[in-house]
Amino acid sequence: MTQERILSYVEALREGTDQEMARDPSVLIFGLDVDDPKAIQGTTRGLLEKYGAERVFGTPLSEDAMTGVAIGLAFGGLRPIHVHIRMDFLMLAMNQLVNIAAKSRYMYGGQVQVPIVVRAMIGKSWGQGAQHSQGLYSFFMNIPGLKVVAPTTPYDAKGCLIHAIRDNDPVIYVEHRILHFQKGPVPEPLYAVAPGKARIAMTGSDVTLVGISYMQLECLRARHYLEAVGISAEVIDPIWLQPLDIDTIANSVRKTGRLCVVDNGWTSCGAGAEIVSAVIEQVQHERAVRVKRLGFAPVTCPPAPTLEDAYYPNGRTIAAAVRDLVTGKANHWLSDERADLREIEFKGPF
Amino acid sequence: MHERFYRSLYRIRRVEEEVARAYPTDKIKSPVHLSIGQEAASVGVCEALGPNDIAFGTYRSHALYLAKGGDLRKMIAELYGKATGCAKGKGGSMHLIDLGAGAMGASAVVGTTIPNAVGYAYAAKLRGSQQVVASFFGDGAVDEGVFHESMNFAALKGVPIIFICENNFYAIHTHQSRRQKLANIAEKARTYGMPAEVIENNDALRVYERVHEAVAQLRAGKPGPFFFECFAYRWKEHVGPGEDYQLGYRMRAEAEPWLDSDPVKTMAARVDKALRARIEAEVEAEIEEAFEFAETSPFPEVTELYTDVVEL
Repeated sequence: MTQERILSYVEALREGTDQEMARDPSVLIFGLDVDDPKAIQGTTRGLLEKYGAERVFGTPLSEDAMTGVAIGLAFGGLRPIHVHIRMDFLMLAMNQLVNIAAKSRYMYGGQVQVPIVVRAMIGKSWGQGAQHSQGLYSFFMNIPGLKVVAPTTPYDAKGCLIHAIRDNDPVIYVEHRILHFQKGPVPEPLYAVAPGKARIAMTGSDVTLVGISYMQLECLRARHYLEAVGISAEVIDPIWLQPLDIDTIANSVRKTGRLCVVDNGWTSCGAGAEIVSAVIEQVQHERAVRVKRLGFAPVTCPPAPTLEDAYYPNGRTIAAAVRDLVTGKANHWLSDERADLREIEFKGPF
Repeated sequence: MHERFYRSLYRIRRVEEEVARAYPTDKIKSPVHLSIGQEAASVGVCEALGPNDIAFGTYRSHALYLAKGGDLRKMIAELYGKATGCAKGKGGSMHLIDLGAGAMGASAVVGTTIPNAVGYAYAAKLRGSQQVVASFFGDGAVDEGVFHESMNFAALKGVPIIFICENNFYAIHTHQSRRQKLANIAEKARTYGMPAEVIENNDALRVYERVHEAVAQLRAGKPGPFFFECFAYRWKEHVGPGEDYQLGYRMRAEAEPWLDSDPVKTMAARVDKALRARIEAEVEAEIEEAFEFAETSPFPEVTELYTDVVEL
């Protein structure tokens, strides 16, 4: 058996982009700072030298127009990747994404398609504060015509990006900055991770724990804390949020009877609300289900560490909420932090 | 050439008059933003473009769609919400498209197609095609941030695009002077680094001459963009088939000079009377047939509701 090749999420993104650009001359990549010395955390390093300034370029600070340009490029037969170093900046591009990208196929009767990839990064910690930290993917999940993916492993980072590039519809590709540092096995040959299959990251029997984006890591931590109090959590990574593989999650809940979704965003009208509702619609006539949503505190993200710590769910607070859900009572329990769970290099089975 | 221009202008005018006539019957299932009075820019520009060139429009794009060669029967059927429409009844009047003719669609949100046109032009350049892209918008779009962002990027990259600002002086009911400190749209464009000029006389022939020269330069490899601000006047209400002088936001006296310098009449005077009569008869027959086609076409099957959302 050959040794698994280990890459970081960043390296996986860079390699996937490079390989797709080599394979398909219609792929191009642009956005603020795409061609600067930092090369978007390294995800675009070397691409300018290899593919030239017409296919790899930094842009003016014009998110609205550049999103429109991406759509126009797609109308013109190209496959653009538009990079945003913060998802917060996408708020300047909503008109093009919602009114043109999402709707063109439909409102032109199926005659045009918009194969664009919008890479959007979510920040956390280091005092990112109000406008560098938002996980706004639920906005896009609400709009017919858009696809949304939030890979958590290096394997999925590469495979989902490749699928997103080849997909003939607009894909919002959500990356969490902390996940950029994760390492895991990544095959070198091209492969695509298509929508339609959520991943059971860890099996369990007492509760189904769904973690979105970075919260997948915190759910894996929570699973260890729960194990220590005799609770077995099945952890699921939905990977693609739109379209969503609800069947895998619902089947898990048929087994466990309890569902907790941990969102990397606010809970109100969020991805967690969608997942919980869809699961209940499926299983409500078969068995009783208890549910819980967790997510950001319903406030603006503060930079002060004491406030920020309380703002985000973490492995311990997730475990506490899940224990209450499973036992059906308030346990007033919060595990001491375990040093071995501070950093998890998430490798995950596929 | 005059005959061709006249046919196009007369045809657009008469189509829209028929749309206005049919509108009160409620058979047209789409809000209509008529181009009556401002057909000259569409005809002048599209006559200067080739069939492979591309035009992006606005919600007031009946004229552009037809001038670019968009299918008339499919347009009327689209207005009627019929399955035979240019977007299968899923777009309506504000989203007319005919890819074969290079009519690339239009948006109901002001300014929105400007960067799409810029992107298309960038793609054309990257593919090494000889295509030229025309981007139509109104004076209202100049209020939008995306206009300025798009001008900047198009000039920065030198893409093969011609911007056409149809300045009819009103964004719905608000005059340009109440929205912009200076009435200098072409000058604004010039500051982004592109040649820009104003065409004041609402004459398709004049528009054609100036745009034709720009197209020739782009084909010869000169970097774009080019910018034209074409004055025009909307005769009808912002949306709908009627007039709106009763609202009081504009006076009929303001409209009179524009009504007198009707671009259709201006062109008619250049065409032999007998030839004109023949053109008009042919156009009338074509329009009657197109409305008949729309009337007798079926509505989309309900199953169509769920198709074309994403690729399956």
